[in-house]
Amino acid sequence: MSAPDPMAEIRASFFIECEELLEALQDGLEAMAEDTGDLETINVVFRAVHSIKGGAGAFGLEGLVRFAHRYETVLDAVRSNTLVADGDAIKLFFRAADHLSDLVRESRDDGILPEAEGDAILTELDALLGDHGVEEEDEAEIEFQPLGLSLDLGLADLPPPAPARFTINFAPEPEMYETGNEPYMILRALAELGSCEVTCLTDKIPQLNEFAPEASYLKWTVVLTADVQEAEIVSIFEFVDGLCALTIAPIQSDAPATQEVSNDPLPDLPVLPELTPPPARAAEPAPPQTPAPATKAKATPQSAAKSVVRVDLDRIERLVNLVGELVINQAMLSQSLESSGLSPHSDAMNGLEEFQRLTRDIQDSVMMIRAQPVKSLFQRMSRIVRECSAAVRKDVRLVTEGDTTEVDKTVIERLSDPLTHMIRNAVDHGLESTQNRLAAGKPEQGVVKLTAAHRSGRVIIEVSDDGGGINREKVKQIATEKGLIAADASLTDTEIDNLLFLPGFSTASEVSDLSGRGVGMDVVRNAIQALGGRITITSTPGEGTTFFISLPLTLAVLDGMVVQVAGETMVLPLNLVIETLTIDHSNLEQTRPGLNVVRVRGEFVSLFDLGVELGYRSAQDSYLDAVVLLIADEAGSRAALIVDEIQDQRQVVIKGLDESFYRAPGIAAATILGDGQIALILDPSDIIAQAQGSTLAIAPNLMELTS
Amino acid sequence: MTDPKSSAPVELLTFRLSDQEYSLDIMCVREIRGWTRTTPLPHAPSYMKGVINLRGTVLPVMDLAERLGLPPREHTDRNVIIVVKYEETMTGLLVDAVSDIIALTSADLQPPPDAASAGGPGVIKALTLLDERMIRVLELSEIVPAPQSDAA
Repeated sequence: MSAPDPMAEIRASFFIECEELLEALQDGLEAMAEDTGDLETINVVFRAVHSIKGGAGAFGLEGLVRFAHRYETVLDAVRSNTLVADGDAIKLFFRAADHLSDLVRESRDDGILPEAEGDAILTELDALLGDHGVEEEDEAEIEFQPLGLSLDLGLADLPPPAPARFTINFAPEPEMYETGNEPYMILRALAELGSCEVTCLTDKIPQLNEFAPEASYLKWTVVLTADVQEAEIVSIFEFVDGLCALTIAPIQSDAPATQEVSNDPLPDLPVLPELTPPPARAAEPAPPQTPAPATKAKATPQSAAKSVVRVDLDRIERLVNLVGELVINQAMLSQSLESSGLSPHSDAMNGLEEFQRLTRDIQDSVMMIRAQPVKSLFQRMSRIVRECSAAVRKDVRLVTEGDTTEVDKTVIERLSDPLTHMIRNAVDHGLESTQNRLAAGKPEQGVVKLTAAHRSGRVIIEVSDDGGGINREKVKQIATEKGLIAADASLTDTEIDNLLFLPGFSTASEVSDLSGRGVGMDVVRNAIQALGGRITITSTPGEGTTFFISLPLTLAVLDGMVVQVAGETMVLPLNLVIETLTIDHSNLEQTRPGLNVVRVRGEFVSLFDLGVELGYRSAQDSYLDAVVLLIADEAGSRAALIVDEIQDQRQVVIKGLDESFYRAPGIAAATILGDGQIALILDPSDIIAQAQGSTLAIAPNLMELTS
Repeated sequence: MTDPKSSAPVELLTFRLSDQEYSLDIMCVREIRGWTRTTPLPHAPSYMKGVINLRGTVLPVMDLAERLGLPPREHTDRNVIIVVKYEETMTGLLVDAVSDIIALTSADLQPPPDAASAGGPGVIKALTLLDERMIRVLELSEIVPAPQSDAA
């Protein structure tokens, strides 16, 4: 079945909404787990699952509906206080939420739904409900024993399960059709509850010449015989709440099955505030057979909902590009005005200054559009922790801080893999086994902490665990065995810790499912570096390990040092420049003809002429008084580069070079200078690697730096 | 490629390279720009002149004469850059001067005799005559290599 385009669009927006709902679900469950949740929290959780179910039903995603429905039933029990959500139950809820998000994803990609896993979770969920669990048959497989108490409580509150009969009068308002609701769906949902006698009242239909196409003329009377609570019937009508005249009246067994006046107003849902403000309700024409149309209390007004616009990322990209051009244009303009010899106090110059400030502001604001809170990323991590800790049988809690810290969308996307890896490492290797923890006098539950913060124009992300810290003896031993360091090398603690970042290093004595396949921290470090970031590690034996990631706020601009080499202007990423110096007799040494070193604070660093390395000129006779930039890549390899002149330090807009068919070695990207000329952004680690005669493939480091 | 038997209209942009006349299908030409200084790329092949700023995007420019193996010559102010789009890649081609736009039908195009493809196989897609001058029609896909996926 090929869905027509408009449907595909609605479907896509449903899945976007699902993401948000799943996020809310996670939030709610976390609040419940920390016992900070109140009634509203469980309502949010319930509503999230319910809305997913509702939407999924509309798109015929049966598997999703089935799971969500039963999950929702259990949550409803918690909501109505018939079930106490204790620790184990919450854990199960988390698993169910994870499964639900899997289902959503699989449904979106038309993948295969993992039925087996879902059935297992459903069995456990139903077990929570006990006897009155829906479609519950496998009583034998109940794993959750300690819930007897809450079950008793639940049963006490329930009415005897005798088939009840209800009369439902349902008269849609025109608004209901306008909002895209379909009575047929509702009636069908009712029919799923039990046997229905549906009567359609057509007496309101006027003569054809008086027929208004958009008016609502039809009414239905349904006599439902089903073993359900009234609330369940109400929940079917939840989406059309306020858009129809509705009465639901239980028929007493001794009463004849005629329409009965319901004195009780419907059990309304004041605790379920609508996501959108309810549409204004037109005066309800009272259906003749229901003298007292139930009035429903309006949902509690939502606390000033944040209005959000969903924008296609491509449009933002275009805006970012345009702003980049604006910045360049502004720089060009100011350069030409300055060179025209205008007085700095002239109106033009003053206006220009204002213009400069404005472009800066616009640039910042546009960058902010792309920024997103890291929350979604962190939530994904909490799932990783749950799955990992279950796999290695450790009790682990993830603590997150700074969820609201905003980072460029691209950065978030590309952080997911390295972060997953680090979290797995922390759970698998970082934390000790439960016995060892108890032996060390630590609480049984290990803690993995994930924090994000803005610090001086960069984003700092920390991953820490309260485990045993790095076993430096073992690290060193492994590094020696693998031939990564010399057997007699004497290393500082920091140097040993950094061995973890070496390719092919893995401390796990045996390969586990989670980590330790030899693709280790070096992959993480490469990924972080590709984002223009740095990663460092600190560890205290017995107290834990912390990874410290520092990232640029955006990949679209770069703090660079603008230098002049052989008549060409080039930009070096500022975060790699350690210091600048000039060459004189005292610090220049020659190790062998053609290879010079420069002495910096007692260390020797290889000296390269950038112009020569780039093939722009041949070696000079003398480098005395030349300007030298001392650079270091994250691996710690250092080099001194000779340049002709340092011009400036400034932010530059990164322009990708990857569309060109020629990949220049040593060049990461390009930027456009104030005079409209293109300047190349250097990839120093690549230059170092090339200059050292390495014939290995170009390090991916900055090659992928494209906006 | 157009079928030489049919007579579909073809428009060609003709230009000069070292006293020879070449042409490109006008549909792949995006714009024509005057010569501006390029920013050289390190260790690039000699025909790669470097990159220029085309309204905010970085455009690689190659010297078409060198690319075709013609002898290198001095650049003058009359040199222009023809910006072409091949698949998704924009490239600047430096030529000596742009001459004209000619309208032909594909029946006017002759397949080159094999020996005549001086710049290597496939570079010359077809030949045509205009006022007794031979005009070479270039095959863009042979000139602009597909973007490299791996680092060189």
